[in-house]
Amino acid sequence: MKITDEFKNGKFVVTAEVGPPKGIHLEETVEEAKKYLSGLTAVNITDCQSSVMRLGSLATCKVLKDAGLNPIYQLTCRDRNRIALQSDLLSAAMFGIDNVLALTGDYTTLGDNPQAKPVFDLDSVSLLHTMGVLEGGHDLAGNELVGEAPSFCKGAVVSPCSDSVDAQLAKMERKVAAGAQFFQTQAVFDSEKYIKFYEEAKKFGVPIQLGIIIPKNAGMVKFLNANIAGISVPQAMIDELAADKEKAKAGITGVEICARIIKECRPYCQGVHIMSMGWESKIPGLLEQAGIK
Amino acid sequence: MLITQLKDKEKLTSLLKGKVFIINCHGCKEVYFPEEDAKAFESELEKAGKVTGVITTDYICNLENLKARLEVHKKEIEAADAVLVFSCGVGVQTVAEYLENKRVYAACDTLHLPGSQGVTPLEFECGHCGECYLNMTGGICPIVACSKGLVNGQCGGAKNGKCEVCPDMECGWERITKRLQKLGKMENYKNPTQLRDYSTFLETKECKES
Repeated sequence: MKITDEFKNGKFVVTAEVGPPKGIHLEETVEEAKKYLSGLTAVNITDCQSSVMRLGSLATCKVLKDAGLNPIYQLTCRDRNRIALQSDLLSAAMFGIDNVLALTGDYTTLGDNPQAKPVFDLDSVSLLHTMGVLEGGHDLAGNELVGEAPSFCKGAVVSPCSDSVDAQLAKMERKVAAGAQFFQTQAVFDSEKYIKFYEEAKKFGVPIQLGIIIPKNAGMVKFLNANIAGISVPQAMIDELAADKEKAKAGITGVEICARIIKECRPYCQGVHIMSMGWESKIPGLLEQAGIK
Repeated sequence: MLITQLKDKEKLTSLLKGKVFIINCHGCKEVYFPEEDAKAFESELEKAGKVTGVITTDYICNLENLKARLEVHKKEIEAADAVLVFSCGVGVQTVAEYLENKRVYAACDTLHLPGSQGVTPLEFECGHCGECYLNMTGGICPIVACSKGLVNGQCGGAKNGKCEVCPDMECGWERITKRLQKLGKMENYKNPTQLRDYSTFLETKECKES
């Protein structure tokens, strides 16, 4: 099911994220997803996230779809040229997987196979464009597809708290022009920064899901601040996590923080996307505290 | 070795709305220059009364040389709305950086030929991609200034304006965005989606064989 239908119905769209394992057994992933994520509109399946080699996104999407979940196929341009990307998009459409999140992808040297050749034949914008071309019954070179053309719900990402926010907004506009129908953001910890971004971004008229990471402890957010692009955690929040270590460890502080951010930003977004990083079990409680369910 | 070839004339004409100052870079032994094509196009511009001045020199990629050559043409450059450079990508980038408040356009695409590259001072790099993007990016080459060689804008990996791949390197698209803001050319972001054409490398092969 295309998640754009839910936006059109005025639903506040909640999605989460599943990272495939580095191996061939998915049983545990499927069980966890069914237990904690089956009530959500959809679930993103990451594509060798952070350039770490894992089980494929498309295969995991298919298994989760068969298990009754609604997958969003994350597709990066890091590992495949335009022949492989178009082919994988057709494969996804054949499986009935119609939500696709187009990403450029992290650089190869950031992952666990740093010797790999970086591809980047296409990028997030030209990948969105490619989906539109396939929908028109052709491939990128203008060759005709045989039979029914695929149809995608085309998603993209944006980084609202980036220190390069002008460049991010300019790129966002390019993504909209290339066919993006919804956006998921990088994790937001600073509501004020997000709202300022939204005041600019709302003119594009495309639904935006607020990105959320549930912080586990002060060390984690300090690491995010220092190393992860587009993330800015205010000092007061770091102090809040450091104040009571046991409370933070139990996930209580992190959930409180995220519920607060969601409440503050709710008038300025059309949904949330939760990157739970192993804390899928906290999602139902977070949604309840944020007043979503 | 490099080959430069004139860009599509219609596309160039659409960029040149007002007056133009022309820089020809000849004499570099490493670059084949499309002299006849360039002359024909320049005389068309002159007939249309668009040209404020022309300079034909060599090694504009040498900044000190460039500064000295342009010094006597200051008024003509000031009178122009844009500067059109007939050179390889290195030359265009050197001019764009030096005349940072001026719209500087590449008249040529640069293709690579295998062989030595010895004497050219390389403060700027040219990716020899065969379809010069400098006219869209304010004279900063996205192929070499961006680690991923992206041609449609910044990825999400820049932190404090630095690249995710080399934290010592400024994000190329951050630089491009700032340059376009300075030039009042942010509308360049509204250009159609760009797809690189890797088959231009085949043209190089043909040139080599001919």
